[in-house]
Amino acid sequence: MTVLPDADALETALGEAERRGEVAERRRGLLLALPSFAYMVLFFAVPLVIVLVYSFATRTSSGSTALSDWNLEAYRKLGEPIVRNVVIRSVVLALITTVLCLVIAYPFAYFCATRSATVRNLLLVAVMIPFWTNFLVRNYAWRLLLSSGGPISSFTESIGLGPTEILFTKTAVVIGLVYAYLPFMILPLFASIDRLDWRLVEASRDLYASGPASFRKVVLPLTMPGVIAGSILVFVPSMGAYVTPELLGGGKETLLGSYIVTQFLTARNWPVGASLSFVLMAVMLVSTIIYFRAGGKNL
Amino acid sequence: MSLRAVSKHFDDVVAVDSVDLDIGDGEFFALLGPSGCGKTTTLRMIAGLEIPSAGSLKIFGSEVGPLPPNRRPVNTVFQNYALFPHMSVADNVGFGLRMSKTPKADVARRVSEAISLVRMGGMENRRPAQLSGGQQQRVALARALVNRPKVLLLDEPLAALDLKLRQEMQFELKQLQREVGITFVFVTHDQEEALALSDRIGVMDSGRLLQVGTPEEIYDAPVDRFVADFIGRSNFLAGTLEAHDRVCLANGDRVTVPSVADGVVSVGDAVQVSLRPERVMIDRAGAAPEGHASLEGEVATVTFLGNSIVYRVALDWMTIEVETDHRPDLDRHEVGDRVAMWWRDDAIAVVRP
Amino acid sequence: MSGRSIAPTTRWLLRSNSALVIAFLYAPIILLAVYSFSGSRIPGEWGGFTTEWYARLFDDSRIQKTIGVSVRVALVSTVIATVLGTMSALALERFKFRGRRVFDALLYLPIIIPDVTMAVMMLMFFTQAFDLVDLLFGLGLSKGFATIVVSHVAFNIAFVSVVVRARIAGMDATLEQAAADLYANRWQAFRYVTLPLIAPGVLGGALLAITLSLDDVVVTQFVAGPGSTTLPVYVFSLIRKGVTPTINAVSVIMLLASLTLVAGSVALQRAQAVRGRTNSE
Ligand SMILES: Nc1ncnc2c1ncn2[C@@H]1O[C@H](COP(=O)(O)OP(=O)(O)O)[C@@H](O)[C@H]1O
Ligand SMILES: [Mg+2]
Repeated sequence: MTVLPDADALETALGEAERRGEVAERRRGLLLALPSFAYMVLFFAVPLVIVLVYSFATRTSSGSTALSDWNLEAYRKLGEPIVRNVVIRSVVLALITTVLCLVIAYPFAYFCATRSATVRNLLLVAVMIPFWTNFLVRNYAWRLLLSSGGPISSFTESIGLGPTEILFTKTAVVIGLVYAYLPFMILPLFASIDRLDWRLVEASRDLYASGPASFRKVVLPLTMPGVIAGSILVFVPSMGAYVTPELLGGGKETLLGSYIVTQFLTARNWPVGASLSFVLMAVMLVSTIIYFRAGGKNL
Repeated sequence: MSLRAVSKHFDDVVAVDSVDLDIGDGEFFALLGPSGCGKTTTLRMIAGLEIPSAGSLKIFGSEVGPLPPNRRPVNTVFQNYALFPHMSVADNVGFGLRMSKTPKADVARRVSEAISLVRMGGMENRRPAQLSGGQQQRVALARALVNRPKVLLLDEPLAALDLKLRQEMQFELKQLQREVGITFVFVTHDQEEALALSDRIGVMDSGRLLQVGTPEEIYDAPVDRFVADFIGRSNFLAGTLEAHDRVCLANGDRVTVPSVADGVVSVGDAVQVSLRPERVMIDRAGAAPEGHASLEGEVATVTFLGNSIVYRVALDWMTIEVETDHRPDLDRHEVGDRVAMWWRDDAIAVVRP
Repeated sequence: MSGRSIAPTTRWLLRSNSALVIAFLYAPIILLAVYSFSGSRIPGEWGGFTTEWYARLFDDSRIQKTIGVSVRVALVSTVIATVLGTMSALALERFKFRGRRVFDALLYLPIIIPDVTMAVMMLMFFTQAFDLVDLLFGLGLSKGFATIVVSHVAFNIAFVSVVVRARIAGMDATLEQAAADLYANRWQAFRYVTLPLIAPGVLGGALLAITLSLDDVVVTQFVAGPGSTTLPVYVFSLIRKGVTPTINAVSVIMLLASLTLVAGSVALQRAQAVRGRTNSE
């Protein structure tokens, strides 16, 4: 083996080149990310911080916000009956919506997952299409259907049940929410049922489980991640819904989302609006953590 | 091409540990080792896809260690071919020439030459997805060779093919290398493939290059227990090197060994004696000829393999595997028989434990 | 016995449930489309076939104007979000750099954050920013086209990035190395290998961004100025006043716009699926 006279020098040169290569690579990555990174910091992270700061500010008598007298007043307001009722109503309606979606979507997803590939794809595309169509229009369609003298009302009247008067009630809001978020429940449920190892179901049948028993003891527990993921995907946006309660609840059935909007656009109580937005976001963050824990990322 | 003390670290993983290696011009060289031993990393450093952490890497005398891949006279056939799925066969093959700004007319001519070299004429307009595994393999070869590299690097090029196709392609690859006459550095974890194809083999384990030699040297005179074990099968008898041609085995027997090369082990070291099962002769106890080292033991199992029989013989300090031809003129031993085993002095090798 | 075999009654129940789900999903949209051609002035009543309401749309300058704003907002914000989203997807999938994890987390937030919170954030931000600009430079800025675009980009970068990342993750990184081995420099490897291969993902991300931009009511309502209302915000305010046959017609137009976009992305997915199949052979 020939010993190179400058072996040591070469070694440091190479180590240096390797390090420089890595540094250059990192710099390239940062450069590529930088425009959107800066954008997201300026137009997302900073606004988020502003909301947080505002939630500790004071509303002056003139309706403007004083950025000086920091306090927890806005959060204390959340305990007041009006706000508490809004929160409770939102949670209850969101829960009802979630349960209804689950009950409707599970059999549908199960049916999909047990079909041939062609039928399954057709059904899934059929679910996806309304999901992609304009959200406002989908809500408007129900407003039209449920309007007094509208198609549903005329139909129930013609079969002798009298006119249907459910527009601007909680029922209408729930119908609208279920309609809007049903695909969010179907898709993760389908994913987890589709991934189910059917040999486990066969094994349970082989071990004397009846059909319903093997569903309860095997299928349901194994598809639980889908149930949890779907429930969160429905529950969270329902809690924050604004358009649906506005159009189908007629502003009477104030939910959290609408209440926040009112605080900003009408009541001009920004601190309360800000603190409520934060509560809403906390719900969302906790749910997201549960979602990832449940393996939702893989769905 | 020469590598001197080349190392590569990924954070705290030492992927390649101070490798010294010379590869001659026009040689078919195989880097052989189990998965994860650092073969791909070594190859990628030669290709310029990784910069070594330390050491020197020369191709035709000039240092290429820190050069990027597009400035080296080297091309690679990737592990899963890495054909561009959105380009036709012809566009794939011509890619390197277009990137290096070769005149258009030359590109067309060299592409069609390369395609016919790998016998893919008529498939120029197909997409990689429309080709079989063997055909994709040939396109990958053409795509690299069309650039007339001085060294062609191949990373497990046959691993994705099924057995029959693999054997066919082994033959073609060897043929092709003779035709183009350039250096091939070939990575594989398949010892048979390495033995069948290469002029020389380098055996790697855990980032270290353990031995370099012709296939015969590697098989007949391994210097490391790992090498002997990885290539073929072997019995390992523990002992101590007493003189450069004598080992004292663990049971106290002394055996003569081929003289040990310098730098592998030194007199006084604990060593292992590698004894290939098919090099061991076996007969009734006491039938060992004079003048040979021999061992006696009791047959523990007999396995019939068609053309051969494998005996596992229990000694009181270890078990030895013996493989004999299945021939009517040889005695067959049964479980429980006492047998004697012996071997020619040059049938064994002293290895690092 | 197969695990998938189902008792006949259960099967019948599953079938009817699925039929009802599909009916539930489509009936409102279809009825809306039908009623948009109804001659009656009462929107939910059938009064003979007419195209009058559509004709009226073409004369309604307010609607025309908001359509113009919506389309411009959607196009501009989609272009910006697609470029930025694709760049961040490449950075996150192919590079290590300082702050990568923070960036990654920051890009998840807009996807999960409720509309209302996002709207509140943007409103407060612009109010503060404009106050600051006024204070520092004496410039009186106001909300309008630009604030809508900025807000739409703020949520769309994240969506584009997710879609494109999925595509890059599915692409073999050795293809780029093969390009480098074949004398391509960084830019050439990107231009001739990476970009063509991730193009369907980029297009898919752009389609999603357009859809979300055209869909948005809440955020836009908060950041729109007097002269720059988008179509959904305008329609939303109209609906709150009461349903009219004209709204039916506008809604159907919006429906058609989204259906065109869906058709585009479904076609794209099919093309991708077909290519994926042939590639994996
Ligand atoms: N880019 C990398 N980052 C971190 N570790 C790596 C990288 N590439 C390879 N390694 C590690 O280096 C070792 C050698 O890998 P490789 O050269 O691919 O082995 P082989 O090709 O022999 O199977 C392995 O332990 C592997 O995990
Ligand atoms: Mg490898």
